[in-house]
Amino acid sequence: MCLAIPMKLVKIEGSKGIVELSGVKKEISLDLLKEVEIGDYLIIHAGFAIEKLNEEEAKKTLAVWEEIAEIQKQ
Amino acid sequence: MKKTEIKNRKILLSHGSGGIAMSSLIKELMLDKFDNPILRLLTDSAVLKSTGEKNLCFTTDSYVVNPLFFPGGDIGTLAVNGTVNDLSVMGAKPLYISCSFILEEGLDWEILDKITTSMAKAARSARVQIVTGDTKVVEKGSADKAFINTSGVGILQKGLTLSKKKIKPGDKIIINGEIGSHGLAVMSKRENFKTNIKSDCAPLWELIESMLIVGGIKFMRDPTRGGVATVLCEIAEISGFGIKIDERKLPIHENVYSFSEILGLDPLYVANEGKVIAVTNKDKAAFILSKMKKHALGKEASIIGEITKENKGKVVLETIVGGERIVDRLVGDQLPRIC
Amino acid sequence: MKYITEYRNKNLSKKIADKTNDYLKDYKGKISLMEVCGTHTHSIFHSGIMSLLSDKIEHLSGPGCPVCVTPNEYIDTAIAYSRLPEVIITTFGDMIKVPGSSSSLEKEKANGAKVKIVYSPLESLEIARKNPGKKVVFLGVGFETTAPLVASTILRANEEKLKNFFVLSGHKLIPPAMQSLLESGEIKIDGFICPGHVSAIIGETPYQPIVDKYGIPSVIIGFEPIDLLEGIEMLVRQIVEKDKSKVENQYKRVVRREGNKKALSLMNKVFDIKDSPWRGLGLLPKSGLYIKKAYSEFDAEKKINVKVEKTKTHPQCICGQVLCGTKKPFECTLFSKICTPESPIGPCMVSSEGTCAAYYKFKKQ
Repeated sequence: MCLAIPMKLVKIEGSKGIVELSGVKKEISLDLLKEVEIGDYLIIHAGFAIEKLNEEEAKKTLAVWEEIAEIQKQ
Repeated sequence: MKKTEIKNRKILLSHGSGGIAMSSLIKELMLDKFDNPILRLLTDSAVLKSTGEKNLCFTTDSYVVNPLFFPGGDIGTLAVNGTVNDLSVMGAKPLYISCSFILEEGLDWEILDKITTSMAKAARSARVQIVTGDTKVVEKGSADKAFINTSGVGILQKGLTLSKKKIKPGDKIIINGEIGSHGLAVMSKRENFKTNIKSDCAPLWELIESMLIVGGIKFMRDPTRGGVATVLCEIAEISGFGIKIDERKLPIHENVYSFSEILGLDPLYVANEGKVIAVTNKDKAAFILSKMKKHALGKEASIIGEITKENKGKVVLETIVGGERIVDRLVGDQLPRIC
Repeated sequence: MKYITEYRNKNLSKKIADKTNDYLKDYKGKISLMEVCGTHTHSIFHSGIMSLLSDKIEHLSGPGCPVCVTPNEYIDTAIAYSRLPEVIITTFGDMIKVPGSSSSLEKEKANGAKVKIVYSPLESLEIARKNPGKKVVFLGVGFETTAPLVASTILRANEEKLKNFFVLSGHKLIPPAMQSLLESGEIKIDGFICPGHVSAIIGETPYQPIVDKYGIPSVIIGFEPIDLLEGIEMLVRQIVEKDKSKVENQYKRVVRREGNKKALSLMNKVFDIKDSPWRGLGLLPKSGLYIKKAYSEFDAEKKINVKVEKTKTHPQCICGQVLCGTKKPFECTLFSKICTPESPIGPCMVSSEGTCAAYYKFKKQ
């Protein structure tokens, strides 16, 4: 029971927010998060944001492997 | 089937969703009783031998969509185009359709006016005439607003026979555009999501006619309920060969892709109302594809896979990351998945 | 789709898989990795990543599908509620086909029961507001990922003083189940694929005592193909290098070491942790979430009396063993013959993330 997807926060209205993924928008609850800002990527599960995505870490994962792939190419 | 097994069973929603449950319902309760050589072929439309040089095609379909109006169409456009397309994929030029309404007491006059207006418009653009019909009204609560049944008649092009028997390993599988938009347009309205997804509901005859002129088309189906996956499974089963498709070649609009991700649905199983899957001769595939791309309904056409000697009766998909998995039929409805 | 599509890259996937396979070149024997999250099971089959990896890696599906681990008694209770004329059941889609002792919600619906599928528990509140004369019972199933949402929904109902919203809580906790599997000693597990979104709530630390006690490498992993491949690479490296086993976190972009404290505090505010029955695993100590006394007015079990039929299960169904990973679906005499997704006997065949359904769908042999 863990289907959750990163979606971008585009609007905040009190404890509710509007999130978007490639043109699909949905109102969700922000009750489980402390601080959020517009533009944050949130992990959405069953109508709630359960965590904020750490964009620095996201880039790291891919960068490491892309680097390895690059080195092997050379 | 034993009597006792019939006694304790009820019709469930999944019996109407185009998957395994529906096939077994038809097999158990209808096919044996209605048996005849034409029905036995289980084609989208029945081919009726005529005394003239061209044969007739005959088909019927009922439309029960909720909501009645959705982005990109409504129950009226569906009722015309669905039947037109069932004839078209048999290679028959659609000519005449019938139209029966089952209406719920209390339905707004205005709503029915909107529906019949869009039916008339759809019939004009599909170049068919609505030539006969029927209207019944049932008590409030006995039906959900409006149900429509349409039947259609078309003529098969001279000398044309599309048949599963012609399918051979090496044949290519082509689809005319982006998949999954009809089912998700309806669902977005139902589940209260904001999307730009519009139903692909459209009449296919003009496009198909341009493909048939090239030659080399062996078999066609329209992937409505149960989606592309269900049609591919059917083709694998009835042809006796395997099918290999490439996930990266499947045309999927970004909005459809993302909405499917959110709901946990697989667009391969989502309904289309303006798509055709064609099995074609290997050598003619590129030419057919280029013809399709010239038509408004074929701009995103793509060769998605081929018929294989291996994996008889099965559909194997090469995934986006280069892995492999089997694509199977769905049992019933695809429900939004939280898990 | 940002932060999704880039984790589905074919070339990178192959690179990572090749590296993993390299580690195993001279490795003797097989490695069994167990995932304890049904969404992992689904992703692994759906992306076909196992076909990129050495056949020395075997993957086992553990008790991570909430629908599957929910015992018959719970489903029978939900069915009994659905038969009360004043009740509307709201539920996630997957629960609707699960067979109880003699029926399912899908069948009850055909008999006239009001059963509504919701995408979010919050939709149940809306249904309750619109139907003041009815009692709305939400079927609260799921693990640590879902329980805070339901806690938050109950708190909102409390604020609004809603009198006709209830939850039948069947929420369960993952670490006690992992512990119980290892304690039984019946299966060989070389590494755990820890659930990414459960971990987003509970963090990294709850796995530490398990790793300390049993010495099994555990990696918290995300759900995209590259996440899974990288996580498996980390697990295999730990196994092959035979260093001290540790908890690692592949899914750092979502899972923080301490987890989501606010979500945890909401969960603890509404629920008590108690012993709880699991299908296949029996009663596990401190593994279930039950609504606290302070919120008992929303507890369906406390507020709505109903007679529940006596539980019975199919004698040949081995869902319990499949859930523990001691048997594979193919070893069940019912599998794909009598028990199919069309007419499931056991819950593992029902849920799209159930092990039997996943085997039936993607791996039919």
